[in-house]
Amino acid sequence: MRPGLVIRLLVLGLLVAFIFAPGAFGWAFAPLNRPNQPPIYTQSSLLRLTLSHLGIVLGAVLAASIVAIGLAIVVTRRAGEDFLPLSRSLANIGQTFPPVAVLALAVPILGFGNGPTFVALFLYGLLPIFENALTGLTATPPAVREAARGMGMTGWQRLVGVELPLALPVILAGVRLSIVISLATATIGSTVAASTLGEVIIAGLLSNNIAFILQGGLIVAVLAVLIYDGLSAIERRLGRRGGAPLPAA
Amino acid sequence: MQASAVPLARPRQGQFRFRLDLLGVVIAALGFAGLFLPFAAFRANRIVPGEGAQLFIALGPVWGVVLLSASLLVLAVALLRTPARLRLAASLSALLLLLVLIGEAGRHLTPEGDALARVSPGSGFWVLLAAFALLAADALSRLALSPLMRIGLVLGLAAVLAAILLSGAWDALSVLREYENRASAFWREAETHVLLAFGSLAAATLVGVPLGMLCHKVRPLRAATLNVLNMVQTIPSIALFGLLIAPLAWVAANVPGASALGVSGIGTAPALVALFAYSLLPVVANTVVGLGAVPRAANDAARGMGMTNWQRLAGVQMPLAFPVILTGIRIVLVQNIGLATIAALIGGGGFGVFVFQGIGQTAMDLVLLGAVPTVILAMGAGIVLDALVELASPQKRGRS
Repeated sequence: MRPGLVIRLLVLGLLVAFIFAPGAFGWAFAPLNRPNQPPIYTQSSLLRLTLSHLGIVLGAVLAASIVAIGLAIVVTRRAGEDFLPLSRSLANIGQTFPPVAVLALAVPILGFGNGPTFVALFLYGLLPIFENALTGLTATPPAVREAARGMGMTGWQRLVGVELPLALPVILAGVRLSIVISLATATIGSTVAASTLGEVIIAGLLSNNIAFILQGGLIVAVLAVLIYDGLSAIERRLGRRGGAPLPAA
Repeated sequence: MQASAVPLARPRQGQFRFRLDLLGVVIAALGFAGLFLPFAAFRANRIVPGEGAQLFIALGPVWGVVLLSASLLVLAVALLRTPARLRLAASLSALLLLLVLIGEAGRHLTPEGDALARVSPGSGFWVLLAAFALLAADALSRLALSPLMRIGLVLGLAAVLAAILLSGAWDALSVLREYENRASAFWREAETHVLLAFGSLAAATLVGVPLGMLCHKVRPLRAATLNVLNMVQTIPSIALFGLLIAPLAWVAANVPGASALGVSGIGTAPALVALFAYSLLPVVANTVVGLGAVPRAANDAARGMGMTNWQRLAGVQMPLAFPVILTGIRIVLVQNIGLATIAALIGGGGFGVFVFQGIGQTAMDLVLLGAVPTVILAMGAGIVLDALVELASPQKRGRS
């Protein structure tokens, strides 16, 4: 664990340094390009793009989490039972919908800019979280449920005190998956003028500048790996504290 | 499975009682709203913003009344607690009527001999389509059809769609006008798209399954391989596509015979390699998980029968792990069909060509020409492979 932590902190330090002062890293990217090409993207600051990228992703995933967990709670209650079979198959089929299609179809309604990307990420993040929340909430062992009922807990108390805490690790795994997918997918949003790190990559594709493509891609990938690791660590801690058996992997 | 969906129902015999279906209320409200939204949009030419045409203006009085009354009838079926089979039949017929009539709206709204005017489906059409599709999906999930019937249903729907397209019912719609202008390009890109999605899948299966077996046998290799493949997944697709341009251009220029094989810096080759890289993780990880889940007893029995390692792998472990591996292949195929649209950004072709051209020209019908086939392809592949996974899983078959 120790050396792993050191490596992660180093990577995080490098990432922060690069985002704040990309000019200092020009020497590392210059060999990839022809001599007259700029090694570092300067049309807009990498810091601003990174923050905007993270903002869109976290905002969309947060909204998706609230809606998805809320929906999962509704359909697993008695009153929402009618919706359970449909929502299961919708969650399954909806995930086959390609993100580019969502993005392109949102443009006529929302115009160019950050809007379509936010909507696409929201819709795309919704399904994995919903599916996991559903799995988590329906997997409460019947014995535990009976015990809670036997203690005289009301439906609300059972939900907040028993079912949700037991389902939390699985729900968090869904959120984590959603964030990682969204971080990468948000780059596609720059094809419809969202200000994300995709802008750097697309500038690289258009001007045949490999350094741009690499720095845009690297920032996103490193962010994804670090966030994924961080959330996994939180899940492990929660799992230990709750004593809940963690699902394998 | 979901047979107990009516927990409070008293025995349903004797007189018929009107009871509301909760989900039906939502669907009926959605569909009802859809009837008041513009059914089609008319534009004087390809680029100008459209103006909405209400149901009766878009279809004329006769067909307008037909669609209105049919929709109300189907929404009533949705609203009340009715048998799933009736709901399925009602929703599928409503869908068919809706799809045929949107073509009629195209003919009705286009002035005689006007080659520039464009008619596309309006928000009312899409909302009605969504409402009926939800009803159909709900009926299907309540019926819990067998895998073979689901595959049959997908094939049937594809046949109906093909029949509508071939009959020329939609020829007056803007999307098909776009198609007419680039019919040959459409089929060329369709071929590229399928080649990209299935070619990378085939390559990933050929490499990934043996790699997964190796990872299963050699423990230290497992964590390292899976970690590397996990990292590959975090690289944004457009970056990975772009980064492969340079190495492949180098290979094309320096490895004899490579360019004769079609390897080049831009185009299909980097797209195939990138999709292949993304595909490896699900295939390898599922092979490892599948092999790891083979019961010890089955292994011991096979060893006791005197089977060699190789025989055990081929005769016992692989067949038992097959459904899990197939699940990985399902994930890869659906993902690749979607990701292949990105290939257009690096000149790799595929349906993405129309999507990105359409975005560039703000011509939404061109976007639809690329997006709709991609969505249909991905959903069809998802449903068919889900059915195949279920067919291949012995436990599930035994339980039902």
